[in-house]
Amino acid sequence: MYRTGIEPPERVWWKKVGRHEKVWVWIAFAWCMVLFAMMPVWHLRGGQNPSGIRHRVDPADFQARVAEFVREHQVGTDNGLPVVAPPPGSDVYLQASQFAWIPVVRLRQGAEYTLHLSSLDVNHGFALYPLNINFQVVPGYDYGLRIVPNEPGEFYVMCNEFCGIGHHLMVGKIIVEPADGTADAPAAGVSTAGGDR
Amino acid sequence: MSAFRTCPTTGLQVHRTADRLIKANAVVATVALLVGGIAAVLVLLTRWEAVLLLEADMFYRMLTVHGMNMLIFFIIFFEMAVLYFASAVLLNCRVPAPKTGWVAFVLMVVGTLMVEWTMWTGRADVLFTSYVPLRAHPLFYLGVILFAVGALTVVGHFFAIITVARKEKAYEGSLPLVTYGALTAAAIAAVTLLHGAIIYIPTFLWSLDLMHVDAQVYRLIWWGLGHSSQQINVAAMVSIWYLLGALTVGAVVLNEKVSRTAFVLYVLFISMASAHHLLVDPGMGPSWKVWNTSYFMYMAVLASMIHGFTVPAGTELGMRLRGAVQGLFGWLKRAPWGDPGFSSLAFSIVVFGFVGGITGVTFGTEQINIIAHNTLRIPGHFHATVVSGTAMAFMGITYYVIPLIFRREIAFYPLARIQPYIFAIGMLIFSMAMTFAGTFGVPRRHWDIGFTQALFQPEFTPAVNLIIGVMAVGGLIAITGGAIYIVMTVVSVFFGRKMAADDSGLGATGRGLPPGITNPPRALKPEDMEALPPSGRLGPVPGTMVLVLIFLAAFILYYFVNWMLLSFLWEVG
Repeated sequence: MYRTGIEPPERVWWKKVGRHEKVWVWIAFAWCMVLFAMMPVWHLRGGQNPSGIRHRVDPADFQARVAEFVREHQVGTDNGLPVVAPPPGSDVYLQASQFAWIPVVRLRQGAEYTLHLSSLDVNHGFALYPLNINFQVVPGYDYGLRIVPNEPGEFYVMCNEFCGIGHHLMVGKIIVEPADGTADAPAAGVSTAGGDR
Repeated sequence: MSAFRTCPTTGLQVHRTADRLIKANAVVATVALLVGGIAAVLVLLTRWEAVLLLEADMFYRMLTVHGMNMLIFFIIFFEMAVLYFASAVLLNCRVPAPKTGWVAFVLMVVGTLMVEWTMWTGRADVLFTSYVPLRAHPLFYLGVILFAVGALTVVGHFFAIITVARKEKAYEGSLPLVTYGALTAAAIAAVTLLHGAIIYIPTFLWSLDLMHVDAQVYRLIWWGLGHSSQQINVAAMVSIWYLLGALTVGAVVLNEKVSRTAFVLYVLFISMASAHHLLVDPGMGPSWKVWNTSYFMYMAVLASMIHGFTVPAGTELGMRLRGAVQGLFGWLKRAPWGDPGFSSLAFSIVVFGFVGGITGVTFGTEQINIIAHNTLRIPGHFHATVVSGTAMAFMGITYYVIPLIFRREIAFYPLARIQPYIFAIGMLIFSMAMTFAGTFGVPRRHWDIGFTQALFQPEFTPAVNLIIGVMAVGGLIAITGGAIYIVMTVVSVFFGRKMAADDSGLGATGRGLPPGITNPPRALKPEDMEALPPSGRLGPVPGTMVLVLIFLAAFILYYFVNWMLLSFLWEVG
C-alpha cells in the first residue's frame, strides 16, 4: 500500500525497489561515472586544462618581476601601457591591479608561453575576449598557465571578477601575430603599436 | 487559550508557538523578497545596455543588496518557516523551547538590519561574496555572524522538536518523507552555517585590523558557506516537491528507501561543493578539483537525478491509482493545472532539472569551467536553480500555507492561478538568455559591457545585444510574477477573508482556496492497487520513464557540445 510523503510510514521502510525505478538509478549512476571519467581523460588527451604551475608570491615581488619583464622585452607603448614582445617559449607576466592589466603582450601564433597571472591588491578575473577563456586571479598566488595561441588577432583581457568601483574600466590587450609573419625585427622599432592589426 | 489548535482542514494539532514562528519568519522572508525584488528591477534595467539605468557605484550596491536579500535573507527566513512546519505541524507536536525560538528570530532580524544598513549606506559595496581583501564595514560581517548564529539556533531547535516528538510518541512509525527531507536540509544547514562562522569570524576580526585573512583560503571556506547553502535550498525544495505532490494530487512515495538514500547523499557530500567556484583558481591542484567538484564521483548529482525521477513518478502513480490511467500522459492531462500549488511544482521540477541542473553539472566540470567561470552563464544557471526551482516551489507551497497556517483565503485567487505561469515563463526566458549570453564571454557582475570609458573597447557581436534584450524582457515578466506573488501574499495574510474557525474539515469551501484544499485527493484504498491495469514494458510509471529519458538525452547533448566548444580554444594548462 502506497503512502504520500506527509504520512509516517511503518518503522521498517527498507523494502525491495521496483524494477523500473532500479533501472533508472543504474542509468543515472552510469552517467555519473561518465561525467567523472571525462575530467581525468581530458587531462590526458585534451588541450585545455586549468592545471598550471602554481605557487605563492608576494605581491611586491610579483610587481618587481613584471617590471623586469617589461624592461627586458618592451617594444613600444599602446594607450600609455608598455607593449611587450617576449620570445617564444618564455615566461610572460601579466599583472592585475585596480583597474588595469599591465603590460600589453605581443605573442606569436603556435608558440608556447607560460602566462603568469597574479594580482597586487584584490581578486580579479582574467577573461580573454572574444575567446571566452576565464581564470581567477588571486592576490598572493602566481598562476602559471602554459598557453599556445592558435590564431592571430587582437584579443582583449576583460576583468570578470568584481574588483571595485572601476571594475568595468579594466581592459587589457594581447596581440597574436601570424606564425609566418616577420614580426620580431620591425616590431622592435615601432613606438606605438596601437594601430597595428 | 489552549496552547494548541486543531487544524480543521487536516485535523492536525498545531502548536500556537509554531504557528506564530512560522508566520513571523514567513513575513520577514516576504519583506526580504520585496527588497531584493526592487534591487532586481534596478540591476536588470542597468544591465540592459539600452537603458543603463544606474550609475556604476549604485549598480554594484544594488547588486549586493539583491544577492544578500534573495540568497540569504529571503531564502533562509523562508526555510526557517519550513523547518517549523515540517516538524511541529506535520508531526502534531509542541515546540519545546518557545523563548529560544523567539531569541533566534530576533538575532536573525537584528543581523539582517545591520547588513541592510551597511549596504544601503554604501559601507559594503563588496557584492554577495565579499571576497577578502575587498573591505566592508565591520558591522556587515558582524550582521552576517548574528544572522548565522540565529539560523543555527533554529536548526538546533528543529532537531529538538523532532526528538521531543519521538519521545512523546506524537507520531507512529517513522518520520514522514517530507520531514525526513527537511531533516537533511537542517543537517546541511548546520554544516553550512559552521563554514559561515569559520570564515566570517576571522573576516570580522580582519576588518578591525586584528588579523590577516588569505584571499584564497577565504574563497575556499566562504564557498563552503556560499555553495553548500544552495544545497539547503535543494534539500528543502525537494521536500516541498514531495509535500506539494501529496497535497495537490495525492502523490505517493514509490520507495522510501530510494528517496531517503538520495537525501542522505546530499548530506554526505555538500562541503565539497565549494570546489565549483575554485576550478580555475591558482590555490588548488587538478586532483583536488576533480575529486571535489564531482562531489565524490557525482554522488550528489545522482541524488538529484533520483529525486527527478521519484517525484514525477510518485505524482504519476498517485494519479494512476486514482483512475488517470489513459496512455502515457493521461495523468498529465488530468492534472490540476489550475491549482497554483501543482503548476508551481511542475515548473519547479522541469526548469530546475532541464535548465539549472544540466548547466550546473556541465559548468562544474573542471575543464569546461574555463568557458563558464564568472561569465553570465553562472547567474543564468543559478537563476534556474534557486529562483525557478527553489523560489518557485516556495511560492507554490505558500498557496497552501496561507489557508492552512494563516487561516485566510487567498486574495485575488484568479490571479494566483496564473501567477506560477507568469513567473515560470519569465524566469525560463531570463535564465536561458542569460546563459546563452554567457557563452559569448559576457562577464557577470559588470556595469557596462559597452566599455565606454575603458582603455580599450572590445565590442561584443550585435547578437549579444539582442540576447541581453530578450533576457531583460524575460526578467521583467518574471518580476511581474514576483510582484503579483508579494501583493497577493501580503493582502491575503493581513486582509484576506478569514476562514471560519469551525470550518468543516477536509473539503473546506471558499472561493480563494486551491483545489487541493476544497477538493483534496481521496485517500487510497487497497482496491485501487487491484484496479490498476497491468503495466507494460515501461513499467508502472511509463510517462515518467519517457520524460527522464528525454532529460538524459538533453543532458548528454549539452554536456558534449560544451566539450566541443572547449576544444576549439587555445591550448592552455
